Amino acid sequence: MNGFLRALQRNYQQGRISGLLILGLGILIAIVLFGAIGPMFVDAVNAQVGAVRPRMPPGPDYPLGTDSQGRDMWALLIYATPNTLRMGLIAGFIGVGFGTALGLIAGQFGGIVDAVIRVISDALLTVPAIAILVIIAGNIDRMSTVVMALVVASLGWMFTTRTVRAQVLTIREKAYIEVARVNGESQWEILFREIMPNLMPYIIASFVGTVSGSILAVIGLEALGLGALDEMTLGNTIYWSQQSSAVLRGYWWWWGPPIVVIALIFIGLFLTSVGFDRFANPKLARQ
Amino acid sequence: MNNELLRYIASRFAQLMLIVFVAVSINFIIPRLLPGDPVQTALARLQSTGGAQNLDIQAISASYRARYGLDAPLWQQYINYWSDLFTLDLGVSFANFPEQVSTMIGNALPWSVGLLTLATLIAFVTGSLLGARLAWPRSGPVIKSVVPLMMILTSIPFYLLAIILVYLFAVVLKWLPPAGGVDTTRIMRLDWATTEDVLRHALLPCLAIVLGNIGFWALGMRSQMVSVLGEDYITFAEAKGLHPRRIFIWYGMRNALLAQVTALALSLGSVVSGAVLVEVIFNYPGLGSLLYVAIRGQDYFVIQGVVLMLIVSLAVLLFIVDLLYPLLDPRIRR
Repeated sequence: MNGFLRALQRNYQQGRISGLLILGLGILIAIVLFGAIGPMFVDAVNAQVGAVRPRMPPGPDYPLGTDSQGRDMWALLIYATPNTLRMGLIAGFIGVGFGTALGLIAGQFGGIVDAVIRVISDALLTVPAIAILVIIAGNIDRMSTVVMALVVASLGWMFTTRTVRAQVLTIREKAYIEVARVNGESQWEILFREIMPNLMPYIIASFVGTVSGSILAVIGLEALGLGALDEMTLGNTIYWSQQSSAVLRGYWWWWGPPIVVIALIFIGLFLTSVGFDRFANPKLARQ
Repeated sequence: MNNELLRYIASRFAQLMLIVFVAVSINFIIPRLLPGDPVQTALARLQSTGGAQNLDIQAISASYRARYGLDAPLWQQYINYWSDLFTLDLGVSFANFPEQVSTMIGNALPWSVGLLTLATLIAFVTGSLLGARLAWPRSGPVIKSVVPLMMILTSIPFYLLAIILVYLFAVVLKWLPPAGGVDTTRIMRLDWATTEDVLRHALLPCLAIVLGNIGFWALGMRSQMVSVLGEDYITFAEAKGLHPRRIFIWYGMRNALLAQVTALALSLGSVVSGAVLVEVIFNYPGLGSLLYVAIRGQDYFVIQGVVLMLIVSLAVLLFIVDLLYPLLDPRIRR
């Protein structure tokens, strides 16, 4: 623990831990805590349809008001935020895991496998993701937050694949790989003991990007009405407020808070990724 | 025209064809991979939500089974699917039976293309100019202070910006119409009143897309400019005593723009995805709104048609950007 703290301090003094990284991680931790601690104080009952008086502006009883279906917005926000984050994390893990595996295979083994993986991932990168996701999500009978995460993950791997493949190709040419080969390490040993550790910064960076992209896609699909409509998520809240013309009727407390939380999530992820760049690439930090 | 250029165009064209092929195949295969008969499911849901008569549904369903041979083997269906596409037959709408899906898409397409082209061009040009200014060492602190704002704008999904814009300018201030493409009473003619009406309605959606994208272009251009300005030929140009502005524009910006055009090609997909939702927020009569209405009404063939249209038109746009690239970069032309 002491060693960890000292390493942290040293990195900070070297300028590798920038204000951006601290701010970004701080925002994300605050949002996670909000979703983790909130349920201890606020009952989920009030977030159900018809639990409270509808269309109340923010006041002493309901800090964020209530929507036109009688949901307490404050309670709804507390229960919706972790659900949305969880979908992003699940999709991020699956997308990056799958993407890394494909990138490693393509980069390490080359040839026809590489060509196929590259062509498919390049083609999918240029297609508007929402179009394909709409087709998949629209054909699923019982939607849930986990299924939604899987749907989004199905198009969340290409960027990781591209990055990992490019890095494997670069690292393979390095002298220490040659040394390992001469020392008699097998192809698998080289892949996991020599190449993988050097890929970690790229994989972590891809993970932050993939989580961000997944949450974006999830909220987009939910705003179109393709989400699990009976579950509490930020995107569904936006959908219901659109359905009830909350913007035109001036119920700003209905769509405003979810937008603020969504914006904070994205700003937090963005700052983290920029800050992590500085951390992983000391050349940037020195500038 | 020479061999290299021809080969470049041919490879880009092959990519276009590949994307179209993959998209059409995905569109064909996914509904068939998932359990259940999508047409039947959609019709049943449509019926349960009310509105459609029993008789109508059976008529539509029967005509579909007969016309599209949905009981035929899969490869037969696949060939039929392609031949229907070539004759622009995308099926008929359930909700607006018997209107052709291709007609509905034809009506919506100009709105989307117009809005998106205009907004993307404005965002690209102003964002790149701003980004270049940000990288210029002589820019004052006032300009540099927009960097955090640009970072915030890039990270927020722009359909959420759209909601805030509607509330501010259409609900609170009432300066601009909150929804639609033209006034509902407007008869479309080629005159100034119609044009003004269309522009007035397009202003807010356009602003939402521009604001949502400008940060991306500004930050991208800034980092490109910083690395270009570090090149040896810039130092050499300075040593020759060229005017700083000339160095900045003709030696710096011109080269930094290359990477921006590449980024444009790669980002079009996400721009289109976001624009679909902006259209929904503004109830703009383009493909996005058509898709939204179709999803809500379980209008199966309209959903399929719009999705296909989105993918194909994006692939075509990408192809156009690729064709522009050799004009900018002589290394490809050679």
